[in-house]
This record gives sequence, C-alpha cells and structure tokens, in this order.
Amino acid sequence: MKAGGFWQQAKEIARKDLLVEGRAGEALYITIPFGAVALMLIPLAIGTDRPLLAEVGPGMFLAVALLFGMLVAFRQTAADTPPQRELLTLLGTDPAAKFVGRTATSTLLLLAFEIVLVPVTILLYNPGRIPNWPWLILVMVLLAGGLALVGTLAGSVTTGLRTRNTLTPLLVAPLSMPLLLGSAQVVEALRREESILPWITLLATMNLAVAVIGVVTARPLEESSR
Amino acid sequence: MIEGAPIADLSRVGVRFGRMPVLRDVNLRIDPGEVVGIVGPNGSGKSTLLRILATLLKPSIGRAAVLGTDVLSEGTLAARRQIDLLGHHPGLWGELTLLENLTFVARLAGSPTEKAERALDLVGLGGAKHRRADHSSHGMQRRVEFARVLLTRPRMLLLDEAHAGLDKAAQALVKAAVEDVQGREGGVVLVSHEPDRMLPLVNTTYHLEGGTLHDRTGMT
Repeated sequence: MKAGGFWQQAKEIARKDLLVEGRAGEALYITIPFGAVALMLIPLAIGTDRPLLAEVGPGMFLAVALLFGMLVAFRQTAADTPPQRELLTLLGTDPAAKFVGRTATSTLLLLAFEIVLVPVTILLYNPGRIPNWPWLILVMVLLAGGLALVGTLAGSVTTGLRTRNTLTPLLVAPLSMPLLLGSAQVVEALRREESILPWITLLATMNLAVAVIGVVTARPLEESSR
Repeated sequence: MIEGAPIADLSRVGVRFGRMPVLRDVNLRIDPGEVVGIVGPNGSGKSTLLRILATLLKPSIGRAAVLGTDVLSEGTLAARRQIDLLGHHPGLWGELTLLENLTFVARLAGSPTEKAERALDLVGLGGAKHRRADHSSHGMQRRVEFARVLLTRPRMLLLDEAHAGLDKAAQALVKAAVEDVQGREGGVVLVSHEPDRMLPLVNTTYHLEGGTLHDRTGMT
C-alpha cells in the first residue's frame, strides 16, 4: 500500500495530536491556567513596588513561558503507547514527519499559552510601552517554535526509556537556555533602543539547529528505541 | 519481492533480553498463501517472534528476512507498509472516535478516507462510528483493528491471540481476514495459547516452548 507523502504524514500527525489534545485538555485546561496563576503569585510576593514589577514583568513572562512551556512541549498526550507507536511504524510513517507534525502541534499550543499569558502580564505588571514592541511577536513565535522543537527532540531521545519522565526535563532545561537568554536580551535591547539582530539571530539559529538535528536523528532514534 | 519468494524466512534466530534468552535457534519459513499457527504457553516467546516478523524487533543473532527485506537492513520501510500486527492491546487513540481512528490510518496509508467508513460498516460498527475509542468495549476496539486490515490489505498479517475478547460474530472476522490475505498469496501467522479456535484456520502448526520452536512432529 502506498503511504502518504512526508508533508501529508506530518499534517495528519499534527491534526491527530491537536484533536487528542483538544479532548484530553492537558495543555489547555491544566498547564495554561497554572502558568497564569504562577504569574499572579509573583506580584503578591513582591508587594506593591510598581516600578520593580514593571521592570521584572517581561522577564517573569519569559520565565513562566519557559517553565510551563516545557510541560506543554513535553505533554503526556504527545507520548504514544507502544501499540500506537508500532502502528505508526507499520503504516510506514516517516519518523521525521512524526517529528515535524508533533513540533507543529506543540508550537500551536505554546503560542496559545503565550497569548493567554500576555494580557495577564500586562495587567499585573504594567511593564509600560516597549519601543518597537511588534518585534516581540516574532520573539514569541521563535520562543514557541524553539521550545516545541527542544521538547519534541527530548521526547524522541527518551522514547521507551523507563526514566523518561525524569530525563526529559533534564534535557529540555539546558537546551532551552539560549531561547530564554535570546528572548530576554531582545526585550532589553528594545527598551534601550539598541539593535536586536544578534539576539534574533541567536533564536533563529537555535530553532534551525534543533530542527535539523530532530529531522536527521528521527529515524535512528526511533530504530534504536526498539 | 520476487514471485514465489517466501513471505518470511527466519534462520537460526535468537533473541535475548539482557541475559535472558527469549528465543533460541528459531527456523521458520512462511510461503505465499500459507497460514501458520504457533501454539505455546504464556511467556514462551510467541509475541517476541511476532514482533520480529513485524520488523519491530531485531534478532540478537541469526538472519531474518521479511517480504524480501533483511530486518537488520535500512530498507524495512517498504516492507513494513505491507505488514499488519494485531497485538494484545489495540493501537487506537482513546480520545478519538472509532471513525477518526480509522480515517487517521487511511490518510497516513494514502488510502481514500471514504474506505474507512465502509470498512467500519463491514465489521458491524457503522452505528458506533462516532463513539470514542476509550468508551468502546475491547471487542469493539478489536473489530476496528479488523476494519484496519480491510483498509490496508497487508501482505503479511500477524495475529496475537486474535480470538480473545471477540464474540461469535466477530470471530468470523478473523476467518475472513485470514482468508483474504491467503487468497492474495500473502502470509498469515496466528499465535495463541488456546489452539482450539485457531487450528481450523491454519495450514502448518508449530509449538513454541521455552523459546524453542518445534514443528508438529516435534523437530526443532
């Protein structure tokens, strides 16, 4: 039987993952509200120091997006059971297409997560008007894409391991640091009205590098997990 | 694949999990149109043998060729598309409906999605197609797997305890699926620890015990 092409397979994996996620609601109904609550707790701990809140607001947004974003990227609904994995293999699904499809789903979920967090951050931290703020939309997309790529890659590396739940965050956290650093520096550079190009380049390079590694290693990683 | 070539050919295959040998020195040839039954107690290595035939597990030792492809080679992708394995646990996504599960398979396999609905009708699940898989009984989930076999029309069909959890009407699906693959000169392997329902369907029977495969005459 002729299998669907690479992009068709990636699209079907993403469509299926989104349907499963929409019904399981793991990211939408559990992780996203927790992220919003975490953002609310920090002002309560700091108190009424409004200039300080305005100063740390964007950083808090990025930290919460990163911490809870890791959970979204490594959501349990993205982990297929062994019979499901075997079915996908026997259907001739390209592991690289699976990587791309799964990353696409995670990126969409992370963008939804960030879109919910933005108004919460503005409301609670009142960070003021950041010059050339539309660049932050690009940063949000690159951050979501980067986290999704890192989370999916870590999921591929740890598939079938008994230590999966422990190992994955340990892999994701250090790999996400360039994303956090780059995003924070873009905010700083915009505030100082300096060039953001080096930091945008860092974010884009990180995305590209993890995407290439993920696609190239998808098949060997899947075969080695048997 | 060359005309008349064996569907599967295992030569001196052994599998170890850590230090524990699970299969030892297994020789098995499945010819086109042949239905092989493997009987053995729990833990005898039946499912492991099926997973080797499905190219999902690599032998620790020996040579295994399936549909003309060495299972240790890189070229297993094309062979895999011609294999279907019905294991102990159905490979369905619980949050999806029965129809969504089958449509997903159809799309990945490059098959028209209308066929998915027709296949569900054929296995008697037309009225339950919008029911979520995790709200369906084990027997219904099993029927969906047989609908998948109708959809993907594999060259090699591997059935692990195929009759388990199926009512009488559904057991006819096992027979129909086996006969369909056999009629297309494919190969079928049924494994069970309860041979009564399986034996009428098979041409050749093997006994697997302690990881060693014996034929009907008791020869390894």
